[in-house]
Amino acid sequence: MSTVSAAGSLPVAAAPAQLERLRGFAKSLVPAVAALGLTIALFSLAVALAGFDPLQVWSLIAQGGFGDAFAWQNTLQRAAPLLLTGLAVALPAQAGRVIIGAEGALVLGGLAASALGNVLADRHAGPGLVWPAMGLAGVLAGGVWIGIVGWLREKREVNETIASLLMSFIAIALFNQCVETVLRDPASLNKPSTRPLPDALMLPSMPGLDVHWGLGLGIVVALVAWAVMRLTPLGMAVRVAGGNPRAALGVGLPVGMLTIGACAAGGACAGLAGAVEVAAVHGAANGSLVAGYGYSGIMIAFAARFSPGGVIPVAILVGGIAASGSLLQRRLGLPDAAVTVLLGFAFVALIGCETLRGRSFTSRRAPHG
Amino acid sequence: MNRKTPIDQPALDGQRRQLLAAGALSVGSLALPGALRSAFAQSPLVVGVIYVGPRGDFGYNQAQAQAAAAIKKLPGVKVVEEENVPETAAVQKTMEAMINQDKATLIFPTSFGYFDPHMLKVAEKYPKVRFAHCGGLWTEGKHPKNTGSYFGYIDECQYLAGIVAGYTSKTKKLGFIAAKPIPQVLRNINAFTMGARSVDPTITTRVIFTGEWSMPVKEAEAATSLIDQGVDVLTCHVDSPKVIVETAEKRGIYASGYHASQAALAPKGYLTGAEWDWATPYNIHVKAAQTGAPMPNFLRGGLKDGYVKMSPYGKPVGAAARAKADEVKAAMMKGTYVIFKGGLKDNKGSVVIPVGTNLEQFNPELEKMGYLVEGVIGSLPG
Repeated sequence: MSTVSAAGSLPVAAAPAQLERLRGFAKSLVPAVAALGLTIALFSLAVALAGFDPLQVWSLIAQGGFGDAFAWQNTLQRAAPLLLTGLAVALPAQAGRVIIGAEGALVLGGLAASALGNVLADRHAGPGLVWPAMGLAGVLAGGVWIGIVGWLREKREVNETIASLLMSFIAIALFNQCVETVLRDPASLNKPSTRPLPDALMLPSMPGLDVHWGLGLGIVVALVAWAVMRLTPLGMAVRVAGGNPRAALGVGLPVGMLTIGACAAGGACAGLAGAVEVAAVHGAANGSLVAGYGYSGIMIAFAARFSPGGVIPVAILVGGIAASGSLLQRRLGLPDAAVTVLLGFAFVALIGCETLRGRSFTSRRAPHG
Repeated sequence: MNRKTPIDQPALDGQRRQLLAAGALSVGSLALPGALRSAFAQSPLVVGVIYVGPRGDFGYNQAQAQAAAAIKKLPGVKVVEEENVPETAAVQKTMEAMINQDKATLIFPTSFGYFDPHMLKVAEKYPKVRFAHCGGLWTEGKHPKNTGSYFGYIDECQYLAGIVAGYTSKTKKLGFIAAKPIPQVLRNINAFTMGARSVDPTITTRVIFTGEWSMPVKEAEAATSLIDQGVDVLTCHVDSPKVIVETAEKRGIYASGYHASQAALAPKGYLTGAEWDWATPYNIHVKAAQTGAPMPNFLRGGLKDGYVKMSPYGKPVGAAARAKADEVKAAMMKGTYVIFKGGLKDNKGSVVIPVGTNLEQFNPELEKMGYLVEGVIGSLPG
């Protein structure tokens, strides 16, 4: 929310070229600012109609999500899995593929990580081996799963959006079947689970923070993905393949490989998120892993306009709203749906205000905007 | 931040008031440290209650919320609640937020999956806060002393509901919609079936597992399918029986409730129901926390102890059914009734409890139940 005022207080004494760039940047913020204003107006109205004081609600949202060190850790912890699942949607979208089945990749990633983690733990492997191995297992499981969706689209013309959603249901069914039968820990009586990792192999919190490593990993992966997409020929090729496949084929780009690869990369992010959930939070794979992070990722990626870098602030914002929703329930007795309504308004406003982009009042924007 | 709870302000309805009060307190504390200390002794006990689903789900969460509403009325108790909290890191943060932001010192994380690792992890971090979990998981020597479990023998109610169903059913086919084939659910299916078959041994129970604790679409499909097969009494073990009871009512058959009362959803066909009475353990925990008594780590009971109760009989329940169910209930209240008696056979014909061994309610053997009894039509996976 502080970005709003930052745009207003630009330095004036900049060189003309710089000034032009700043103006372009400020202009690119117009849709976001408009969306923010619209969200505030709509939600305040909804809250007031429900008989609550909007000012009090907003101050609790600020306090619960971002008010102090505890609130920030609460926010970041909730944002951690959303970073990776947001990327799981954003990366395929760079190649023009709308994937909404990250949930399935996440649970399979968690399952694979748990299974491999247990095998290695039985052989007394140390954390230095177990953690990367679990991460890799998650990456592979998720990557292959969504890779299949990309392949089906590329080779069989199967709509990837529907296919990924259906594959997600299949993945969850497969997950439940494994957890309840072959991989079930016989000691898990009333809550079927895989065997838990030994305590020594649990991924600790990030130093100085009460937030697990999903946050650090998510941010690093997002930044790397952003850099690859923006700064490398590969990223350029993916975006061209997504933006105009015919043109991409025309210049000899391997469009099929690029789009399937982008899908697999997205799935890998979701699978990694599952592996981190197992290694850092649950210790075992069980039904709690199916928590809807994959579906939240869809909203985050859309709100971030599929920018891998944009996923970071959006995920943190959504984490903050979730954290403040917790406070709103406890202090005001607002229903849990209140923050869902807020997120809904924000989402619709963001997408709606995107139509403002490009309809700017002056000169045309640079082609790479 | 040292934001203490104000002294005798009955309800804090806003952050601003709380800050004001805290300011007043800190000014006061300069002058009157002794008075302040005695005032703090009267500060309310803040109790946090966490639900995995909506509070008004006509089921699992509502049963807990009813107990939360009961302790809200106690003097010196303030309750903060949060619903729809998933069994992820989110619940850890919710517990911590209740402790840090609301100064809660007694927390009821009510979902089974909150226990391990979430509640255990937070309990370790906050040894002075009490955590009372719904389920039977607490084990002496293994789990922290500031944690505990409370649970009830609800199969007693399911057995009684089975008797009522047995008297009421005309088709002699009962239906049971279950979430997952885990011991606790199997125990309910079996008790319900045994209750019904104690009336008429030709009665069978058809069971459908939906695979999820809360999946209204599948539950409605299962209900429709069972009714189409001729079932005329439906009961269930899912988080929210709402859609099942409503479907039964709409199709003109009988329903027996679970978790909380669903009588309001089926005024014509609601027979009775197996309900939790969590106010009992909630009261025990609140009293212990208020008096500083040690944490009651393991609370468990049945009808006799007030942990479970029956929904009042509905209109369709005849006199014979009431008389028989009341008779068995009276025996249960005396603590002399055994549901799982020796010689019990599963639905494949093998004896699962050896002749001569009676399994009393508290017997841990019952918590490993992995079979469906004779008369249940259905099978377990794996």
